Amino acid sequence: MVQLSINGKKVTAEEGEALLKVARREGFVIPTLCYHELLGSSGRCRLCVVEVNDAGKKRVVASCLYPAKENIEVFTDSDEVRLVRRTVLELLLARNPSAELIQHLAKQHGVTEVRYTPDQDKGKCILCNLCVRCCKDIVGVSALGMSGKGPMKKVGPPFDEPSETCIGCGACVVICPTGHIAMEEEKGVRTVWQKKFELAACPKCKRYHLPLFQLEWISKTRNIPVEELMVCEDCR
Amino acid sequence: MALSLKQLDSITSAFNAKEQAYDKIIRVCCGTGCITSGANRVLEGVLTAVEREGLSSKVLVKKTGCHGLCERGPIVTLGNDEILYQSVGKRDVAADVDLLLKTVTEGKVADKLLFRDSARKEKYTSSLDIPFYKGQKRIVLAMNGLINPEEIDDYIAHGGYRAPFRAFQMTPEEIIDWVTKGGLRGRGGGGFLTGRKWSSARAAKGGLKYVLANGDEGDPGAFMDRSLMEGNPHAVIEGMVIGGYTIGAQQGYIYVRDEYPLAVSRLTKAIEQARDYNMLGHDVFGSGFDFDLEIYRGGGAFVCGESTALMSSLEGKSGEPRDKYVHTVEHGLWDKPTNLNNVETWANVPHIINNGLDWYTSIGTKKSTGTKIFSLVGKVNNTGLIEVPMGISLREIIFGLGGGIRGKRQFKAVQTGGPSGGCIPEQHLDMPVDFDSLTSIGSMMGSGGMIVMDERNCMVDVARYFLRFLTEESCGKCVPCREGTRRMHEILDRICKGAGKIEDLMHLEELGKALQWGAICGLGQSAPNPVLSTIRYFSDEYKAHIIEGRCPAGVCKEITTFTIMEEKCTGCMRCAAECPMGAIIGEKKEPQRIDDLRCITCGICYDVCSFDAIKIG
Ligand SMILES: Cc1cc2nc3c(=O)[nH]c(=O)nc-3n(C[C@H](O)[C@H](O)[C@H](O)COP(=O)(O)O)c2cc1C
Ligand code: SF4
Ligand code: SF4
Ligand code: FES
Repeated sequence: MVQLSINGKKVTAEEGEALLKVARREGFVIPTLCYHELLGSSGRCRLCVVEVNDAGKKRVVASCLYPAKENIEVFTDSDEVRLVRRTVLELLLARNPSAELIQHLAKQHGVTEVRYTPDQDKGKCILCNLCVRCCKDIVGVSALGMSGKGPMKKVGPPFDEPSETCIGCGACVVICPTGHIAMEEEKGVRTVWQKKFELAACPKCKRYHLPLFQLEWISKTRNIPVEELMVCEDCR
Repeated sequence: MALSLKQLDSITSAFNAKEQAYDKIIRVCCGTGCITSGANRVLEGVLTAVEREGLSSKVLVKKTGCHGLCERGPIVTLGNDEILYQSVGKRDVAADVDLLLKTVTEGKVADKLLFRDSARKEKYTSSLDIPFYKGQKRIVLAMNGLINPEEIDDYIAHGGYRAPFRAFQMTPEEIIDWVTKGGLRGRGGGGFLTGRKWSSARAAKGGLKYVLANGDEGDPGAFMDRSLMEGNPHAVIEGMVIGGYTIGAQQGYIYVRDEYPLAVSRLTKAIEQARDYNMLGHDVFGSGFDFDLEIYRGGGAFVCGESTALMSSLEGKSGEPRDKYVHTVEHGLWDKPTNLNNVETWANVPHIINNGLDWYTSIGTKKSTGTKIFSLVGKVNNTGLIEVPMGISLREIIFGLGGGIRGKRQFKAVQTGGPSGGCIPEQHLDMPVDFDSLTSIGSMMGSGGMIVMDERNCMVDVARYFLRFLTEESCGKCVPCREGTRRMHEILDRICKGAGKIEDLMHLEELGKALQWGAICGLGQSAPNPVLSTIRYFSDEYKAHIIEGRCPAGVCKEITTFTIMEEKCTGCMRCAAECPMGAIIGEKKEPQRIDDLRCITCGICYDVCSFDAIKIG
């Protein structure tokens, strides 16, 4: 255990524990976009920055990754921190003008004006990478990835083609913080990331529920007969 | 079988005896620069001529690494620096080869091939007298241009591979102490104390450790590391063997960008030869210590030179950096303790071990010891690769070695530190070139790029150029860098086009701070440097664009016009002859006029007018 201070308050933490966790446990508010409790940190959005004074050496760090150390002083709302956060939000608002979450956060942090020409071609994707990590670490199929670099960076299935491995589970849709990923269902067919999935109809209630492809995949990986899985959760 | 020191000495004597058996040695530079200007044809020509004339037993023809004077290539030297010939075979290979042979057989120096210093209007026979070389202190590059980089015996004969013998007599702690006291600082950019890094890597827990050499060199126009790897690959290997022993690593990797095929092939040969002599592999130098090296060819992204991105790329993943709150000396390549140094840093190590602390610390300044290699380019008379003692002034480099500004122009700024370095104005020209001084004036040492600019360089345009590069090279992982660099570029572009607002300056400074504090890696953190340093030193130029709507350097096309001043124009019509658009009208001996409708504001007329009769408006 180590002792440190956050905005002047003395707190204890596990050595190496991410400052974000420590601060949130202690009731401090730190905004985040690319952090997720189940998927951990990746340090992309930089919204979670805090200022750390480590024996006189001051720096702005990403709290979702910075490890708790003995005697450091953490400030969650210094001028430097505010400037970085507001810059991030103004830049994201220019990139994703239609993303409600960003609009909301920007307002909350006093970003009232966007001094850039807004992008029209990026949808709501802020490149937080959560969908990619979710697909890999939670679903376990790694159907998504990032490609390109700089402002051209993109997220999606490889080569922007319907992915062979995608099972159509829609987990990425749920985890996406901005609602960028479109998933549609029409006449028993689900479309996500340009791939079409035939939905299974429950033999009992006749309602469409999950993609057949996903059921087959679960059946294969967990050794459960497909027939069992065809019955929807409500009727099981 | 491991070679002993004694055997190295006998290799040396045998090699020297072999060379001394010849009357003369002709050295043809076969670095990438000279090869591009035709060195291979010259080499072939010389070899054929020597054979044809029956001189094979008297004249030895050797190929060497880069001399640094690439712009004047192909370079050929005779004897030990006695005669340097430049631009050999540029126009006529056969004729120049004849001249070369005449020098060898009749001792007749070919005037036409001598180096001419355009600023001083002088010709030099020996490279030792050329100001470009005279001001240098070549330690790391000493063997470049002298030895055949593809022959390990040549390296050994020039003192190579002695340092590991000394090092293995020392404990790792003693070596660390030695390197620390020698004050060696990383040549890859940050200037981090090498000894301290080694010490942390040695102290890090973990059986398996790695040493890496950074040969990514992504700065546009830089070729320091390339020339070193091509011209003296064994020096890097020798340094890494010592580093490996010191930190306790048994495996090393040299990360070389894919665009450097010659560096890759020379390093590959060097590694094979070193293995044959048991200087790499099992029980190296008979020390009981195992160490081997491999080359990794990197995709060539600028960001892959950043330590964590380089390691991720080496692991076969995408080259994205990560936050370094946990250091790579503890958790680096494949999560193992890893020590990364730049190739030039590695090549310094044998010299410190061989020549001792007093010698090494006597070169350079107190806090920046040794030498640094720079690639000097831009508007100076002599461009090329130079190795100078740290602490030399920018003025000595630019006006001494570089021979001053081309033509009759005035110096405006020198950009150091690569794309994310800063622009330094006239007032700081006497600043010593060392890590801390350059940082204190808003620039940095970086890996050694040095671009000289004159009054025809627009500083806003320069900032725009570098921000464009950085926008494209940003990996796109973190928001401040991915979105911030492109927006900085947008603002600069607007200013260059005459549509800037005075608030833009504050906005740029604010964005700059957000990037410095908020970005993950050095690319984003230092990306504002070109903008902030030009605003700091050349705010007048920004204001001229924004308030007066003109570009004083006559570079930004949208807001530049050229006019001929009647009273000064002699009607020589030089400009009319050079104008690519035929936009200059007038009678001979009469004042000329520019037709604005046809003019594309390329500025060629301005550059060629001998009477200063053209005005930038
Ligand atoms: C964007 C970026 C690019 C870099 N490129 C290089 C490079 O091409 N070569 C290099 O040696 N170091 C480069 N560096 C510095 C390395 O991260 C690292 O500090 C260096 O290789 C360590 O070696 P040294 O201590 O010997 O300098 C780069 C850093 C950044 C942030
Ligand atoms: S699609 Fe959504 S989850 Fe995926 S990177 Fe973009 S914003 Fe993040
Ligand atoms: S600073 Fe730029 S290059 Fe570095 S991680 Fe962030 S986006 Fe990538
Ligand atoms: S939550 Fe820490 S960088 Fe996004």
